[in-house]
Amino acid sequence: MYPELGQMALILALLLAALLSVVPLVGSVTGREQLQAFARPLTAGLFVFVALAFALLTHAFMTDDFSVAYVANNSNSLLPWYFKFSAVWGGHEGSLVLWILMLAGWALAVAVFSKQLPTVMVAQVLSVMGMVTVGFLLFTVLTSNPFDRILPNIPQDGADLNPLLQDFGLIIHPPMLYMGYVGFSVAFAFAIAALINGRLDAAWARWSRPWTTAAWAFLSLGIALGSWWAYYELGWGGWWFWDPVENASLLPWLSGTALIHSLAVTEKRGVFKSWTVLLAIVTFSLSLLGTFLVRSGVLTSVHSFASDPERGTFLLALLAITIVSSLALYAFRAPVVHSRARYAGLSREVFLLTNNVLLVASTLLVLVGTLYPLVLDYLDMGRLSIGEPFFNLTFSPLAVAAGLLMGAGIFSRWKNTDGGWLGRKLLWPLAISTVFTAAVMVVYGEFKPWAFAGTFSASWIVVATFWDIWEKSASRKGRVHGLRRQTRSYYGMVMGHLGMAIVMAGATIASNYGLERDVRMSPGDQAEIGGGYQAVFTEIGNRRGANFTAEYGRFEILDADGRLVSVQYPEKRQYLVQRSVMTEAGIDGGLFRDVFIAVGERVSDDAWAIRLQYKPLVRWLWLGSIFMAIGGFLAISDRRYRLKIKAEKPAKQSAVDGTDASRTPAGVTS
Amino acid sequence: MHPIRKKRLTIVLFLVVGVSVAVALTTYALRQNINLFYDPSQIAAGEAPVDVRIRAGGMVEEASVIRDPESLKVEFKVTDFSSSVLVEYTGILPDLFAEGQGVVAMGRMDGRGRFVADQVLAKHDETYMPPEVNDALEKAAENRARQAETSASY
Repeated sequence: MYPELGQMALILALLLAALLSVVPLVGSVTGREQLQAFARPLTAGLFVFVALAFALLTHAFMTDDFSVAYVANNSNSLLPWYFKFSAVWGGHEGSLVLWILMLAGWALAVAVFSKQLPTVMVAQVLSVMGMVTVGFLLFTVLTSNPFDRILPNIPQDGADLNPLLQDFGLIIHPPMLYMGYVGFSVAFAFAIAALINGRLDAAWARWSRPWTTAAWAFLSLGIALGSWWAYYELGWGGWWFWDPVENASLLPWLSGTALIHSLAVTEKRGVFKSWTVLLAIVTFSLSLLGTFLVRSGVLTSVHSFASDPERGTFLLALLAITIVSSLALYAFRAPVVHSRARYAGLSREVFLLTNNVLLVASTLLVLVGTLYPLVLDYLDMGRLSIGEPFFNLTFSPLAVAAGLLMGAGIFSRWKNTDGGWLGRKLLWPLAISTVFTAAVMVVYGEFKPWAFAGTFSASWIVVATFWDIWEKSASRKGRVHGLRRQTRSYYGMVMGHLGMAIVMAGATIASNYGLERDVRMSPGDQAEIGGGYQAVFTEIGNRRGANFTAEYGRFEILDADGRLVSVQYPEKRQYLVQRSVMTEAGIDGGLFRDVFIAVGERVSDDAWAIRLQYKPLVRWLWLGSIFMAIGGFLAISDRRYRLKIKAEKPAKQSAVDGTDASRTPAGVTS
Repeated sequence: MHPIRKKRLTIVLFLVVGVSVAVALTTYALRQNINLFYDPSQIAAGEAPVDVRIRAGGMVEEASVIRDPESLKVEFKVTDFSSSVLVEYTGILPDLFAEGQGVVAMGRMDGRGRFVADQVLAKHDETYMPPEVNDALEKAAENRARQAETSASY
């Protein structure tokens, strides 16, 4: 009976979402406040029913109700309870329910934390979110009902969760990623609402900003978790493959990063409005595109489940409707907004504009690389794939350029920056980063141009950022007072940029100085890993887990002096239900290097293929992402977002400007 | 020129430069990194270019996997049941690699009819068949049906 209740809850949620997408919007157009006031209660109702459906689906998993087809396909009575829980979103239908739950959750959050917003705005924003929810609920109810039953022949036991997904990383990776994807729907809804009522101003940007930053922070974490999971579970030590599914999550991240920067300009200076709105639309469209690519079965990967052409068509239609209607609205309404603010050729505005150009260029690049093979295949013009070198070759220069820009941009001022002054400011960071980068090259023992560029760029950001903090925190009342005086959004930016620098350093060093060897080893053999480490294969054995049997190797990792660093037990698991084989690596992790051992196939009676890897700074990739996310959340907690907006002040005196000692008069000097 | 126009011009120039740099880089990189797929019949017919990185795929032929006793070198045949091609690879094969399974390999033809792979991909579950391999098998089956007398070649 519970599954039927779940289905009813989904249908009721669909009805509420339909009401939500119509009633408050009509109210806002006709100016009837009674209708607008329906927005919040309808949102709450929508959330309650979606949450109920999710809870009932979870209940079906927890109680091993294999009469539900989705449970039977994705769970098994042998699974530990936490994997039964994460199996709720281990397949297509359940992950959609999770997606919708997030969407309803974000809408509820908007309804609750929007006390300072005008009622019309709230009504429109929630209506737009209602429309998005209708699309996804219709998709679920019509093509992917998670509560379908297998009756009367109920299976004895489930087909089990894909062993790849039986991992802690998967418990948290999809929810984080979805929080990000779906969170951009709020930015999208704000953009659409602004287009409808023509209110595209600094206040709009200020309302939209924390939501966008929150979504971005979640997405950063989600992508990092995915990369971490691939690293230890899937990829034999690789952390980014430029796989279409990874690209699908990177695309909204790149344009979302552009969006949060362009929103900053719109909030502080009231310019780039049309561009910001367009970016908000593009970012959410890319989130939908990602969902389409991953869920429709046009791609084949661990993320795409049983494909069904009907689903792909539905998602494509949903994507097309969203893009076409929002761009049409944009075309009709965007020219209305124009700005008077002026800025010069070397202002912070222009730095951020260049940042946007770089980010959009890299978005296009990844988009082309991802879609090109799909389009050619669809047109029957041949099957091809675009290799990692394409992305590495084109993405790296853009990343380095963005890093250089970031370091210089932090000193720039709104409206205008004196070029000579900026040049003098950058001298010391330039000198320090060059010396530091040279030192890094010496430590790793080899000069490589890309390693130099990446490391330089990363240290340039770090030095410039700390230089800026040092100058801004100068105060007559002492350094501590000066540090305290800075706003949280400033520290958010600092954390975000430092995070980016850490990711760049990690990516550069790990890919340029990492070592990887596949060797043939028998118990008793010793082999060199790299970085001065040795691996001794001492024994091989068998063990049994809850739902698998495993063959494990025991490896001692020795350092250059022959001292024991750690003992690792990498294993090869045979999962009992699906009869599939999984490799579990043994990783000795550290802040400055990982030593990675994985057991491959048995190549003869007493020998195994063993992969040995030395990965310097690889953890920095995920550490940096955590920094970025913390930066995002810090920025959201800034005081000014919690203030009631009474009178619109020209947002000149922003905290990010810091001291205005050297600000030159406004004007166009280029 | 009017200052606002001048500023707009700067922005437009920025965009044009950015876009053209991106387009130039993209086309350059694309030209170098497109990996076309060839099935065993095409390779046997000599259609695959020598020493260009390509992808090849098919089913791993039964009883064709030969391991080198000293190293990680392994040889196997990939077939579409009409023709087969010898693949040479050094390294760790994926967990789901097995005789009778579909695989896709990246690598180069060495000029003597051998495919030297630097990467072998088998997919995440055993019921899954790479779409390229599926197409290749269907195509080969069609050809065999068409020329029934030559079907004894396998």
